[in-house]
Amino acid sequence: MGDTMTLPHVTTAPPPSVARPSPLAAETLRETLLRIAHVEKTYATKDGQAIHALKDVNLDIGKGEFISIVGPSGCGKTTLLKILAGILRRSSGDIAMQGRDLNGPSRELGVVFQAPVLLPWRTVLQNVMVPVEVQKRERTSFEQRARQLLAMVGLSGFENKYPTELSGGMQQRVGICRALVHDPSFLLMDEPFGALDAMTREQMNEELQRIWTESRKTVLLVTHSIPEAVYLADRVVVMTPRPGRIVDIIPVDLPRPRTLAMHNTPEFGRFVARIRAHFNSTGSLD
Amino acid sequence: MKAHPNAHDRLHRFTQAVLLPLATLCLFIGGWEAFVYGFGISQIVLPSPSAIALAFSDGLLSGDFSWHLAVTMYEVLAGFILGSAAGLVLGFLIALVPLAERILYPYIVAFQTVPKVAIAPIMVIWFGYGVTSKIVITATIAFFPLLANTIMGLRATPHDQIEMLVSYTASRWQVFTMVRLKQALPYIFVGLDVAIVLSVIGAIVGEFVGAKAGLGYLILQKNFNLDMAGTFAILIILSLIGVGLHAIVSWAQRRIVFWMDTAGDRVMGA
Ligand SMILES: Nc1ncnc2c1ncn2[C@@H]1O[C@H](COP(=O)(O)OP(=O)(O)OP(=O)(O)O)[C@@H](O)[C@H]1O
Ligand SMILES: [Mg+2]
Repeated sequence: MGDTMTLPHVTTAPPPSVARPSPLAAETLRETLLRIAHVEKTYATKDGQAIHALKDVNLDIGKGEFISIVGPSGCGKTTLLKILAGILRRSSGDIAMQGRDLNGPSRELGVVFQAPVLLPWRTVLQNVMVPVEVQKRERTSFEQRARQLLAMVGLSGFENKYPTELSGGMQQRVGICRALVHDPSFLLMDEPFGALDAMTREQMNEELQRIWTESRKTVLLVTHSIPEAVYLADRVVVMTPRPGRIVDIIPVDLPRPRTLAMHNTPEFGRFVARIRAHFNSTGSLD
Repeated sequence: MKAHPNAHDRLHRFTQAVLLPLATLCLFIGGWEAFVYGFGISQIVLPSPSAIALAFSDGLLSGDFSWHLAVTMYEVLAGFILGSAAGLVLGFLIALVPLAERILYPYIVAFQTVPKVAIAPIMVIWFGYGVTSKIVITATIAFFPLLANTIMGLRATPHDQIEMLVSYTASRWQVFTMVRLKQALPYIFVGLDVAIVLSVIGAIVGEFVGAKAGLGYLILQKNFNLDMAGTFAILIILSLIGVGLHAIVSWAQRRIVFWMDTAGDRVMGA
């Protein structure tokens, strides 16, 4: 156990100035897509109380990077995601998207919400096409893509069904297709696989890894599953209970493409254990 | 051979929806007829169902009703369309323009607290004994259900649907056309349904106050002549109008707001 133990820590070490063209240096030299500095969020509730949801959140996300966020329920993961999606105002702090101040949603963004949020008067296909319609993109070619995405998540044949005719997990998969249909370069996913059974979930994990590898999107994935976080991420961000702070950022340098078999390797287990230790110390076990 | 479960289902529904109410009706009418003849009650006090049926068919066949029916229908429909259109337009204005709400809403609420029946005599004096006064009365009654429901409906959109659209860079106008309007439709239909039934009442009240034609006018006339069977026959026509108009609105509602499922096989709790 001793010699491989140091492996996870290697990536944190080299500063960007290191000239050695190792793959690790390339990782850290990645162009920064999103710079989150000292972001705070305080909600005002109806009865006049203030809820401190996010506290001094700092994170730089590189272009093409895959980040997983884990943290106990209610720690502000959704809050952070909505702020990044431009649909919720931060209370203070700076967020720069490619050097520019972020102050609203972007066409380059695809969001998977924690609840599917499908429109009940639209068929599955029409729901997936919402971003294309909103952004007035060319319909026919994107409809082709929408059908392909639906087939990818195992929903071909359901294109003309209405959301109420689908199970919760199927609705969630429609929501994932909707986030991908306009081929955004930045994906924000809020527990996208929460409503799926273990088998489908693993399948979707593999699909997401494939999509990410092929299209080099930047992905921010919120998940309750620590193995899922490790399996997919370049770095796993661990948050504390409310007010949500980032307590640890764990680089995962497992080789890619990752396979389901890796779940059983000791390296994988060590990443999971390190993350779980944070949960145990805060008294909230996942 | 087993019966098709669907066929069994349909038979069950037919029994529930048609046969049972029909049996109740037959029993009621039979009891009524027996009551009137058994106790020798005067036709001037309570006409027997057979006498009402006779008056009904007489009135229809002689063409006695048709003119009055046409007048009342015209008043109902014209008043309904004008009143609900005004309610709809103002509802949109108030829900979408905050300034309009602050300026108009207090007055509209104050206006709603005035019983419309009480202003009917004023309308007749202002607009005369013809159809215009009845249309105005009907319109004022049909107005508020549409106004209230349109405002409520436009505010009923779940916040997460708006967030979803905005995250894809939807404009305010797109949010309006793609979700808020859709979410308002079920409410607007509830308003239309209430308004259409109230419109019939509005027209009849208007005719009671002062008119030269219409089913309300005819009721007063028949009452004056102590023709109770004729009065009851007109009441039947009025309720048929109400049921028919309600059915048309419901039909349109099912077409347009198709995604709102009817209770169906859902368990609603004891
Ligand atoms: N609109 C709101 N008004 C007031 N408080 C809110 C609002 N939204 C969230 N909160 C509070 O902010 C905190 C963080 O909420 P958030 O939804 O971001 O948590 P989360 O990490 O996504 O939780 P979960 O894992 O259960 O989805 C919670 O304590 C919640 O009560
Ligand atoms: Mg959440």
